[in-house]
Amino acid sequence: MAILIGRDTRLVVQGLTGREGSFHAKRNQEYGTDLVAGVTPGKGGSDVSGTPVFDTVERAVSETGANAALVFVPPRFAADAILEAHDAGIEVIIAVTEGVPALDMARAVAHVRGSGNGVYLIGPNCPGVISPGLANVGIIPGEICSEGPVGLVSRSGTLTYQIVHELTQKGVGQSTCVGIGGDPIPGSNFIDILTLFEDDQDTELVVVVGEIGGDAEERAAEWSKANMTKPIVAYVAGLTAPEGKRMGHAGAIVSGSKGTAKAKIEALEGAGIRVGRNPTEVAEIVAEIKG
Amino acid sequence: MDLFEYQGKELLRKFEVPVPEGRVATNPDEARAAAEGLGGKVVVKAQVQVGGRGKAGGIKLASNPDEASSAAEQILGMDIKGHVVKRVLIERAGIIESEYYLSFLLDRSERDVLGMMSAKGGIDIEEVAETDPDAIARVHIPPLLGISDFHARELVFGAGIDAAARKEAIAIIPPLYRAFVESDASLIEVNPLVLMDTGRVVALDAKVTLDDSADYRHPYFSELKSAHEVPEQERLAKEKGLNFIKLQGDVGIIGNGAGLVMSTLDVVKAAGGDSANFLDVGGGAGAELLSNALEIITSDKAVKAVLVNIFGGITRCDLVAEGIIDAFGRLDMKVPVVVRLDGTNAEQGRKMLADAPDELLIAEKTMLGAAEKAVALAHRGTD
Repeated sequence: MAILIGRDTRLVVQGLTGREGSFHAKRNQEYGTDLVAGVTPGKGGSDVSGTPVFDTVERAVSETGANAALVFVPPRFAADAILEAHDAGIEVIIAVTEGVPALDMARAVAHVRGSGNGVYLIGPNCPGVISPGLANVGIIPGEICSEGPVGLVSRSGTLTYQIVHELTQKGVGQSTCVGIGGDPIPGSNFIDILTLFEDDQDTELVVVVGEIGGDAEERAAEWSKANMTKPIVAYVAGLTAPEGKRMGHAGAIVSGSKGTAKAKIEALEGAGIRVGRNPTEVAEIVAEIKG
Repeated sequence: MDLFEYQGKELLRKFEVPVPEGRVATNPDEARAAAEGLGGKVVVKAQVQVGGRGKAGGIKLASNPDEASSAAEQILGMDIKGHVVKRVLIERAGIIESEYYLSFLLDRSERDVLGMMSAKGGIDIEEVAETDPDAIARVHIPPLLGISDFHARELVFGAGIDAAARKEAIAIIPPLYRAFVESDASLIEVNPLVLMDTGRVVALDAKVTLDDSADYRHPYFSELKSAHEVPEQERLAKEKGLNFIKLQGDVGIIGNGAGLVMSTLDVVKAAGGDSANFLDVGGGAGAELLSNALEIITSDKAVKAVLVNIFGGITRCDLVAEGIIDAFGRLDMKVPVVVRLDGTNAEQGRKMLADAPDELLIAEKTMLGAAEKAVALAHRGTD
């Protein structure tokens, strides 16, 4: 089963004809993802290695039955691309683009969530989603993943790879790994994804990877206490991050007394969630619980 | 980007939010002239991007141009929490009846814009939030509809603003929201918003943070940025496309992805060391970028050892190895460089490093092992 993407995923890539779009779409396809279409305005009628390209998402959906979109367009066009995918009837929209203005995202997210049609938006500024053995949509390297019962949701890309790699090395596979991204206004947050994992019969345990900034980890901790029956293991990066310095991600900044890794770890542990002190320890705790 | 107070007020003025009349001065003579132009009694305020300037003596009242000049002389060049004062803002002084708090900010959790107002102004709002949370009125503005007048009324009545200030306070809120949205801000904080004895309501301070991702649609942002001083190493790094922040330790850090680099800083600390910097080469870094990163890190004399921690996704480890080898050939490397490669083309990269033996180039298999090694090497000779 897994969550968000799987065997039923029919993928359209917005920005397929670009350098990064074509490179990663090809890797996703080689992994086994059903890549059905690309969209680049003005290039409709052409193809990229046999995948048909359309001028609009609406056209791509009506011609190919695409139900998931991967957004690879430049930042200033990304919110528009998300709205287009949503209004064309796409069910899962995954936006990799980094550097989208936050207020563009606030409007796009309000539209997608406000429409009430259950569409999932993941990202922007995220590595994508992989359901090992089923489908890979985005830029997560498929080789480091393996099939199994652990769900993972993370605000950071490479940190996800590090933890997935350590899990795989310990023989612990994953149901789905979801990168929700490091932006201030994310399409989906921890609680959105935890809700899906709680209902997914292939997921037995969930790893939550957070970082400094905001209060998403604290909210997830509080929510989980009341709503999750499956165990959670967590990690929070940035224990040593200084106040007032934005650590790479637009959302990763400690301001005043808020958003510190220490406060997040305390909130998670207060909700009965075990927190690893480094990525290796996270994998060890997961292996111990599964063992 | 955080704006200076005077820049924030210029922005508010454009949107017709009332701010005190004022001028910027960079020396005592300019301060004197500004005070003369403003009619004598003024406030001289240090322009720094850090809180607590009042307590540090960075705000002074002057009752005539001579006093303004000497106040500017005292404040200019002052070091406030590591920020040296280069400019002062001279503003016409008035009599304040009441101080309030008003702000708009991006709310990550609700994914919209949050307006906050309190009758308790002029003090740290986080303190108010802790000691007296009910003293803060909060209103979420729907991103697709924008602000309505009732939002302004909810804030003003909710915060219990004095009757004498209500009408003008309500009138200020919609333009302040427009300033926020049309400038792509992530924070506009007016603390305090004041009621003057004249009955006017005025933004006495302005803290504005703009969203760097929206630079492209605000050409004048670059003008605002030119007033900001960036340390040489950070400026160089930015030019090369690297995300760099200077820290206080002696272990230089290079990694890919913000989360992994933050995690690397944490494991270095846990291993008993302190990182000299945060440096994220980003996704898909090539050989040249890596080589440049090593050059910038090792140009810092405080650095006693370097830790390169790469997990290749889009980034290819063979290109990372190529960049490291290039830096060793190009630079007079004096400190050990511990390298840990995993992910895309890691084996190839590790082999390239093994084939280029240099006693200062050390390969480690795991992130934790590499951190311990780098810390041990940085401490060697100092213990």
